[in-house]
Amino acid sequence: MIREQFRILSVDLGTGKGRIELLDGRSSVAGGSGLAALLYSRYGLPDQPWNAEGQPLIFAIGPLTGYFPLMSKTVCSFKSGYHNQYTESHAGGRTALALRFADLDALVIVGRAGRLSSLNIGARHLQIKDAHFMRGMEADTAGKLLRRMSAEGSGHRSILRIGPAGEIGSAMAAINVDSYRHFGRMGGGALMGAKNLKGIVIDGDGDFPQPAGSAYAKVFKEVYSQATSTDMMRKYYNLGTAANLQGLNDLQSLPWNNLQKTSDPAIAGITGEAFADETLLRNGACSGCPVGCIHIGYVREKTLNDNRYHYHQVAYDYEPIFAAGTMLGVTRPFDVLRILDVMDKVCLDAMSAGVALAWATEASEQGLISEKETVVRLKFGDSDAYQQAAGFLGRGANDFYRLLGQGTLRAAEAYGGAEFACVLGQEMAGYATGELFFAAQTLGFRHSHLDTAAYSYDQKNADRDVTKAVDFLIADEPGRVFLTSMVACLFARSVYTDARLAECLSAVGYETLAGAIPETAEHIRRLRWRLRVATGFNPAALDIPKRFYDVRTWKGPVSREYLDALKQEYGRRIMEMAADRTAAVTPPGKEGK
Amino acid sequence: MNAPPSVTTMKQLTVPRIDQCIGCHSCTLACARLIHQRISWSCAGIRIHSAGGLSTGFMAVHCLACDPAPCVAACPTGAFSQRPGGGVVVRKKLCIQCGRCVEACPVDAVSSNRRGEVFVCIHCGRCVEFCPQDCLELAEMAGGMEVPR
Repeated sequence: MIREQFRILSVDLGTGKGRIELLDGRSSVAGGSGLAALLYSRYGLPDQPWNAEGQPLIFAIGPLTGYFPLMSKTVCSFKSGYHNQYTESHAGGRTALALRFADLDALVIVGRAGRLSSLNIGARHLQIKDAHFMRGMEADTAGKLLRRMSAEGSGHRSILRIGPAGEIGSAMAAINVDSYRHFGRMGGGALMGAKNLKGIVIDGDGDFPQPAGSAYAKVFKEVYSQATSTDMMRKYYNLGTAANLQGLNDLQSLPWNNLQKTSDPAIAGITGEAFADETLLRNGACSGCPVGCIHIGYVREKTLNDNRYHYHQVAYDYEPIFAAGTMLGVTRPFDVLRILDVMDKVCLDAMSAGVALAWATEASEQGLISEKETVVRLKFGDSDAYQQAAGFLGRGANDFYRLLGQGTLRAAEAYGGAEFACVLGQEMAGYATGELFFAAQTLGFRHSHLDTAAYSYDQKNADRDVTKAVDFLIADEPGRVFLTSMVACLFARSVYTDARLAECLSAVGYETLAGAIPETAEHIRRLRWRLRVATGFNPAALDIPKRFYDVRTWKGPVSREYLDALKQEYGRRIMEMAADRTAAVTPPGKEGK
Repeated sequence: MNAPPSVTTMKQLTVPRIDQCIGCHSCTLACARLIHQRISWSCAGIRIHSAGGLSTGFMAVHCLACDPAPCVAACPTGAFSQRPGGGVVVRKKLCIQCGRCVEACPVDAVSSNRRGEVFVCIHCGRCVEFCPQDCLELAEMAGGMEVPR
């Protein structure tokens, strides 16, 4: 419902009680990323470990969620077990609309349940259910069971769950959202595990009056038309992000075999076209998004002799294909999907897990580890081995896999091989585009390729102008922060310009916010970074492993001097920005009263 | 071939290509917005459900244009009356929110919200243009059969 205050449900799993809170701050933090930061400021324990009982797990949506197309994502924020600092992870699926129609701007979960439980909420109910019998259960099975345990709400609910990886506290543990989307990065699943929370079922069982006046209908029609009637979104729903595989390989920017190379003729077997032609079963959409970028492939397994088969559906995108494909030297689409299927079931973040296993493979080649650690012999291209290893990693089969699950560099500290660990703040995203991306992911707020458009800058700029490049990062971030405060899908950034967002906000009644987008974006950006710094962020403590200095892209060999200068300057600018409390950036509106 | 002149022809919302549905809820949201002035993914004449979990595809729950319509028979105030050619004509002002129509519908096509307001498809076709997958159609029907165009 359109209201100036945020309506928050906080649930204490320890007591089993919830509390509705109305919070000021709409005009200063907007929602999504901004609201999540505001809520961590109120509920978070910056000085305590990530898994302290009182640490909050926050899910926040934006002021336009449910009111406009592609406002279909949710921000999950928490103190991460990966680096013990404040972070965010974003996911689509049904969660955003389910929260909207449960009449909540955010859900805050604190405390720890006495035994493994599920949390069921809606506009008119709150219940914590015993789920001890789901201990160790894979995410797909858990999802089906949670659905059965919640008889009402088919089609209008969101089911979040973790798998074994979350239960063992892996820093690579994802939260599965409605089967085909994930809060993947930074180990949100581990925090659910630490809270003894196997699943969250959100019923969107409420409804609201349409905003008054004719402006809303008019703006909606224009936005909808733009998102569906033009070619603007075609790249996302046609081949999807998997189309990038060929392009990045052509640019010598696609990581192969633990980033030992950035291009390979074997790309022919693993392009977006190959995935679509061979494996694409159907498409899907996040609720409220007519684009439908979700690509769901299938794997078919022979169960017994004779013609006895079963099949699984596995969502794919560029990033998981890079991580479970080229990074591991696996070049057949069905083999990639089989690895992703296992990662989905144990509920590991595919990008992190794939990059970690790529390091383990090279460490095996170099004799730093053996089958004593990896259990199965790892070899680039051996998809059967990677399927098994993904299971071992997700279940923490031994000391080695449990350590690797805390981060590749943690394992490298123990076994050696840090120089070829493909870690940029966290396990790398699939863009070996050059110096600016390497510096930007290393220091980015979420260590995500979506924090800034550095990967795009690298592909268009061959010069080595540090000031120009860092100015670009600093200037690029607030717009993205505002979009993730709405919370728009970042695929919609060409639709939702600042001017368009102002129209949308104004049409539903948020005139003050509509008139102060740049100031609010800057305010939220600083709020987030201050939290990150308060929980331990230190750019000087983040090193870029040697492997990245050995990369060769379309621009030629990576320049050590340029990369180091970028990292140094970007880190300096972030810390300067976070420390600057004098800047006149606080927009109108009260915060958190 | 044209329909026999003795049979009433009426337009009906049909879902001939629902297998193409991606579950975006755009049709439901459009109906709620344009017909009922609500922001909702449930207060609408067409609702999208998974057909048994998201791995099984989607189904559209909507009025199948019964004639005679059991919801009309169940309505005690005449708020629901028989629409010629199938379905119902709704007069909201006459509704006392008893919910009998919701119970009477054999395919769950009539729904109600927490305030007891009821929602059913009126076969206006406003949702059709909002389906990005071309699943929906407002078809000319006669005697339960689509009239060839």
